[in-house]
Amino acid sequence: MGEAIVVTSGKGGVGKTTTTANIGTALALQGKKVCLVDTDIGLRNLDVVMGLENRIIYDLVDVAEGRCRLNQALVKDKRFDELYMLPAAQTKDKTSVTPEQVKDIILELKKEYEYILIDCPAGIEHGFRNAIAGADKAIVVTTPEHAAVRDADRIIGLLEQSSVESPKLVVNRIRPGLVKSGDMLDIEDILQVLNIDLIGIVPDDELVIKAANSGEPTVMNPNSPAAIAYRNIARRILGDAVPLMQLDRKPGAFSKFKKFFGMG
Amino acid sequence: MTVKSKHVRIKGIKDGLVFLLDDKCPFEDLLSELRYKLEHSHQNILTGPIVHVDVKLGSRPVTDEDKAAVLEILKSQGNLLIRSIEAVEDQGNVDPEALFLMSGMLRSGQVLHHQGNLLFLGDVNPGGTITCSGDIYILGALRGMAHAGVDGNQDAIIAASLLSPTQLRIADVISRPPDEWGTRESSMEFAYLSSGAMQIDKIHNIVKLRQGLNVFKGV
Repeated sequence: MGEAIVVTSGKGGVGKTTTTANIGTALALQGKKVCLVDTDIGLRNLDVVMGLENRIIYDLVDVAEGRCRLNQALVKDKRFDELYMLPAAQTKDKTSVTPEQVKDIILELKKEYEYILIDCPAGIEHGFRNAIAGADKAIVVTTPEHAAVRDADRIIGLLEQSSVESPKLVVNRIRPGLVKSGDMLDIEDILQVLNIDLIGIVPDDELVIKAANSGEPTVMNPNSPAAIAYRNIARRILGDAVPLMQLDRKPGAFSKFKKFFGMG
Repeated sequence: MTVKSKHVRIKGIKDGLVFLLDDKCPFEDLLSELRYKLEHSHQNILTGPIVHVDVKLGSRPVTDEDKAAVLEILKSQGNLLIRSIEAVEDQGNVDPEALFLMSGMLRSGQVLHHQGNLLFLGDVNPGGTITCSGDIYILGALRGMAHAGVDGNQDAIIAASLLSPTQLRIADVISRPPDEWGTRESSMEFAYLSSGAMQIDKIHNIVKLRQGLNVFKGV
């Protein structure tokens, strides 16, 4: 039985889809059997980021409504044999599936795959409830901005009321220079407010944008700092104790939050 | 519904039965348990000759409709003759000095309301709201909104280990940091009203405000 992890954030544009694609690909790199599920019905992006848009035949809504079998809707990745994606429908909206239907689909996928990563739409409405319905665990993505942290806090509150296990935090798009000069929120500040475990920090990296536009997840490029960060997150999901990436930070502060992560 | 729950207790007295209904649980749970007990588990003792019944609702605040709902269920049992149904009016008996203890984490979008004085162990995050008819004491960081004395009690105070709220309200006075407040220190502080204006002070100065407090003077 596999494990279903929902990637969510509340706020839009913080990197949910990029995180889903990259962690998923990184897990596949580690030889795991992975399925990515896009629940952003009406605004699907995961297929574009993965470069699989032109291979879609059926989608999540087709499966939910019984127009095809689950296996027919799954799109195999062009790079890995054990990486699949279940695309969302682009022509419908979020209310065209119910949380129960998504839950059944995820349950079905858990029999086949070791990891199921669910890309959640922005917001806290129907789409969010669809996305968390079948999830066992959650990864909350935020960026070092007050608005994103506020929304992450709201999402964590909602996750705590649901059946999803204690969520883990990814702080995305950190610019070490700005943090150092005090113009960007410190990771410790974020952790103090959100009060959940940190599973990874990802530096802002232009290569991510380049990779997303070419339909090639960043993790494939070993020269990208963000790629290393995503690979580290994948290894932590697999249970390895990987130290947090050394950004351009004061050594004192760094060792403090290493300690927070239980490795100090 | 399990038979284990104890919201409804049935006691025998010399001339009938007393139904003791819990006054803390949700009213709906109470009704469904009462219904269950009458229809299933306690059928044997409730059939037979006519029995006088007293219903005691405890200190639950009940409307006439609530009472009617209870009576409706009891009437379904032909042999029960309801003699009285009473609820203790003990709203005034609540100790106004009592401090209710609660812990957790109040996140963005969450609201906690308490009737009385509240001691909250945990953080109140930005976007979270805590309201109280009495005082609010927070052992943790107050980064969200706190409203003490919501019913108009101007003597209510708000204290927090880290007083860094988005907004503070006492009775009908609204204040926001930091432009309206003086210099800040990082020790535990409390907010109070002084002639209609919000003031912040260190927690040990609370005795100046609350004359009735027991004060430790050393041994």
